[in-house]
Amino acid sequence: MSAITAEAAVGRIVSRKTSSPLIYFSSASDNTHRFVVKLGVDAARIPLYTYEDTLLAQEPFVLLLPTYGGETRRGAVPKQVIKFLNIPENRQLIRGVIGAGNTNFGTTYCLAGDIVAEKCNVQHLYRFELMGTSEDVDRVREGLEEFWTRLSQNTTQQ
Amino acid sequence: MTPEKLKLASHVKAINWNRIEDEKDVEVWNRLCNNFWLPEKVPLSNDIQSWATLTPDEQLLTMRVFTGLTLLDTLQGTVGAVSLIPDAITPHEEAVYTNIAFMESVHAKSYSSIFSTLCSTKEIDEAFRWSVENVNLQKKAQIIEGYYYGDDPLKRKIASTLLESFLFYSGFYLPMYWSSRAKLTNTADLIRLIIRDEAVHGYYIGYKYQKGLEGLSDERKAELKEYTFELLFELYENEVQYTHDLYDSVGLAEDVKKFLHYNANKALMNLGYEAMFPAAVTDVNPAILSALSPNADENHDFFSGSGSSYVIGKAVNTEDDDWDF
Repeated sequence: MSAITAEAAVGRIVSRKTSSPLIYFSSASDNTHRFVVKLGVDAARIPLYTYEDTLLAQEPFVLLLPTYGGETRRGAVPKQVIKFLNIPENRQLIRGVIGAGNTNFGTTYCLAGDIVAEKCNVQHLYRFELMGTSEDVDRVREGLEEFWTRLSQNTTQQ
Repeated sequence: MTPEKLKLASHVKAINWNRIEDEKDVEVWNRLCNNFWLPEKVPLSNDIQSWATLTPDEQLLTMRVFTGLTLLDTLQGTVGAVSLIPDAITPHEEAVYTNIAFMESVHAKSYSSIFSTLCSTKEIDEAFRWSVENVNLQKKAQIIEGYYYGDDPLKRKIASTLLESFLFYSGFYLPMYWSSRAKLTNTADLIRLIIRDEAVHGYYIGYKYQKGLEGLSDERKAELKEYTFELLFELYENEVQYTHDLYDSVGLAEDVKKFLHYNANKALMNLGYEAMFPAAVTDVNPAILSALSPNADENHDFFSGSGSSYVIGKAVNTEDDDWDF
């Protein structure tokens, strides 16, 4: 089962603190998780259950989160992500959002990504469906590299 | 097809929703309940004038597409979702299938609401007669039905997911096409509700399939994967025929096929497999994609834009109650 190999590839969370430049949430269906494994970059997964301690970001990061087809804005952002973003330090370090979803959900396609981008005043960088196609993986991998390069250049200039 | 093989759940215990084995059951049950709708809520009669602007050929095509969809929804409601119940791992999974089964019956009934609003009894009867006589339509229903009556629980889930996430889309294309041309827009609103439901159904049945794979031998997993792709090809070939049969008269068959490829990939992903059709054949007409979801176009891809508009994000003070729990 690819989910088991996937877990081994990304690793279990041993500490709440993370310096990963990509932080993501994935439910038990593991769609988003599989996308991250295919991406093959340093990434940290927000714990599956809200009773678990959430992550503490140490470095700027991009947040990747799915939308599960809620009908309205309310409840679109997974509770685990809300818990993570309720920590002000995490909000200060977020630099962008990537959304996963399904176009079948119409106007609410990747809505959770829109909500987080709006509230944290960052760009919703990319949207993909389910576990993403190989084209999605390539574009996000290249896109993130360029994004971090551009961001570090901007910071140097200021 | 031997209907005798269809079994009921062998043992029933009182379902306890306060003791949950798989959180996904609760999550999906809640989502399905929140998404519940009935066709009576959609003002279909506002489409009567628009219907009159379609040519007789276009009207005939639309009715045939909808009777085809009716057949699949009937199959999924009366046989498909019900046949999954005896294989359920948790009692809550059984409950979710009853919800899915009922909703499929609501979908099947909605097409009749569309018909009774827009068409004459004679036209309706003729369209239903066509659905019984069309070889490709009957074949796809028979292929799937065969697995529902078969004795392999995981193959049943594969067939069911392919129905929910792939087989409907040769039909769903048309109302999205009309909607993109500002025709039958209320009908399209109703179809979008069905499309949303099917996404949750395909996601859930595909998830349960993957749960079922856990702990199986590598050999058996490989067999099921191979079987999935074989079945998809068999259905795909028939689907291409069906598409030509329906859409050649209006010159849309090639456009519909891209939509089929795109959705076949999503069906595979729901089952935990990689997409099969390459990007070159899944470039769905942007007008169709945008009729499906207004956020799905390339303008929402920051990575492929110039990025010049990017401003470094400044975190705003967010109160806890900003975030709806």
